[in-house]
Amino acid sequence: MAGLGTGRAVLFVVPALALIAAFLVFPALWTLYLGVLKYDLAGSNAAAPQFVGLGNYTDALTDPRFANSVLLTLAFVGLSAVLGQNGLGFLLAATLRRAVGWVRMLVNGLVLLSWILPGTVVVFLWQALLDRNGGTLNALLDTPGAAWTLDHPLATIVVFNIWRGTAFSMLLYSAALDAVPTSHLETARLYGSGPLRTFRDVVLPRIRGHILTNTLLITLWTFNDFTPYMLTGGGPEHRSETLPVYVYRMSIEGGQLGFGSAISLIMLVINLVIALFYLRLLRRRGG
Amino acid sequence: MSEPQRVDPGNRAVRRILGDAVVRHALSRIGLYVFAGVMLVFFALPLLWLVLTPFSRTPAYQITAPSFTLHNFRVLLDNPFALRSIGNSLILAGGTAVLAVVFAGTAAYALSRVRLPGRDALLYAILLLSSIVTGTAAMVPIFLMLFQLNMIDNRLALVLVLTGGLLPSAMFILKDFMDSVPKSYEESARVFGASPLQILRHVVAPVVRPGLATIAVWAIVQVWGNFLLPYILLHDQNKQPAAVIMYTFYDEGGTPNFALISTFSLLYSVPVVVAYLIVNRRYGFRFQGGIKG
Repeated sequence: MAGLGTGRAVLFVVPALALIAAFLVFPALWTLYLGVLKYDLAGSNAAAPQFVGLGNYTDALTDPRFANSVLLTLAFVGLSAVLGQNGLGFLLAATLRRAVGWVRMLVNGLVLLSWILPGTVVVFLWQALLDRNGGTLNALLDTPGAAWTLDHPLATIVVFNIWRGTAFSMLLYSAALDAVPTSHLETARLYGSGPLRTFRDVVLPRIRGHILTNTLLITLWTFNDFTPYMLTGGGPEHRSETLPVYVYRMSIEGGQLGFGSAISLIMLVINLVIALFYLRLLRRRGG
Repeated sequence: MSEPQRVDPGNRAVRRILGDAVVRHALSRIGLYVFAGVMLVFFALPLLWLVLTPFSRTPAYQITAPSFTLHNFRVLLDNPFALRSIGNSLILAGGTAVLAVVFAGTAAYALSRVRLPGRDALLYAILLLSSIVTGTAAMVPIFLMLFQLNMIDNRLALVLVLTGGLLPSAMFILKDFMDSVPKSYEESARVFGASPLQILRHVVAPVVRPGLATIAVWAIVQVWGNFLLPYILLHDQNKQPAAVIMYTFYDEGGTPNFALISTFSLLYSVPVVVAYLIVNRRYGFRFQGGIKG
């Protein structure tokens, strides 16, 4: 077989597969097992974990903090990714192409910068922006002492995530719009079609696949985003405690590993559903 | 505006329609630049602090009028943890990039050249797996695994964890590159008695170098910014990377050391911006199918 014996081929594949098995397959399966245990990092349940069946899951479903976290996550993903990044990314891609070169480059550059800078740095930049006393926003709006992260924690992480992640949608929609033939747009214009009708009849059918792709990807990433923790720590009073933050605080901070695993498994299942949609989409497009 | 010549200018109705079109055009230009201006402010505002504060004589949350000084960089150089953490980030990012390129490269080559049964299904399955088992969703089992193996604070263990997460996408991307290498190259090398490993190193690798470079840069950028995994797996401040160490730059009362944080943020940010510019210039940003940003 093309000079590379099957034995050697297996040898070439084994290191990669071993790492994937150890750090992707095994953790997923172990989560399944840990989730049915009462297993704590310290105390009596650390040495001898107790089998509790679906106990952790029923505990979670009756915990108002879990319900709160699910709702917050839905709001966070829906507002910041599905609506915010998607909409703003498309608007930027669609309008900037008509702007003068240097305006387009400048805005593009800033949007990209907010995307590529390290998370820890941008979180600190936002803390400087929103700080009660010296923050730039309060100075600009002339609202001294307004505590944005304390009074509007959900709005804070939503706006932050729009700022942080819009670049990806903008790049993707830019590429998608480049593929819409100019002649079709000209024709629509000659027939007196307004911008909204042109969008609906000419542009939308050609970029529908991209919209789905983009929405699924940014949903997956935002759902798994840990940055809200760095910005607000989930507070105040759990008001920005999305699922990743909830899992972290229950299991790593609180030491309830079994319970945390049960929540993690719920997250894994949600990820699986989104990813399956995405793969089906890719395959249908022959990608 | 070429339309006006084509119609009868004496026709009042036509003139009104044209007038409307001109107004509409002007309004849409104004709307466009208002929108661009708002976006400019929205995206630039948080970044101002990063540009101005490192050079400010009175670094604080508040952005002050420029009063140029390099004193803050002195503070940065004097801090024992700051530069070491950048070194730690380099070790983690470099180590992960090397392992990802080598392991994904060999695996992708083998998968490209040998027909293993169910090969494509395998590739799709691991790609699916890597998008499901994210660091966030798997933090509990990964933390517990390394905790029980006594490998908290072990940087090699962290590099292996990070590599495991990046390998599926890396293999997927590299297999396309490997598929495009003509087999005749390898056959002639084999005629001269080269071993498979030699062929891979001296014949295949040079041809797919753009692919390998893409994977390396991508891995470095991913690890450079990663917060959660080093945060839960490295507790020794001497080993923590830049992403995590910033949270120790506060005094006992919780006040940030602004001189240190501002200069450190700048130092820590520059490499990713440079990496981005290089990649963008060389390969541009293309979206084919669904390559992860």
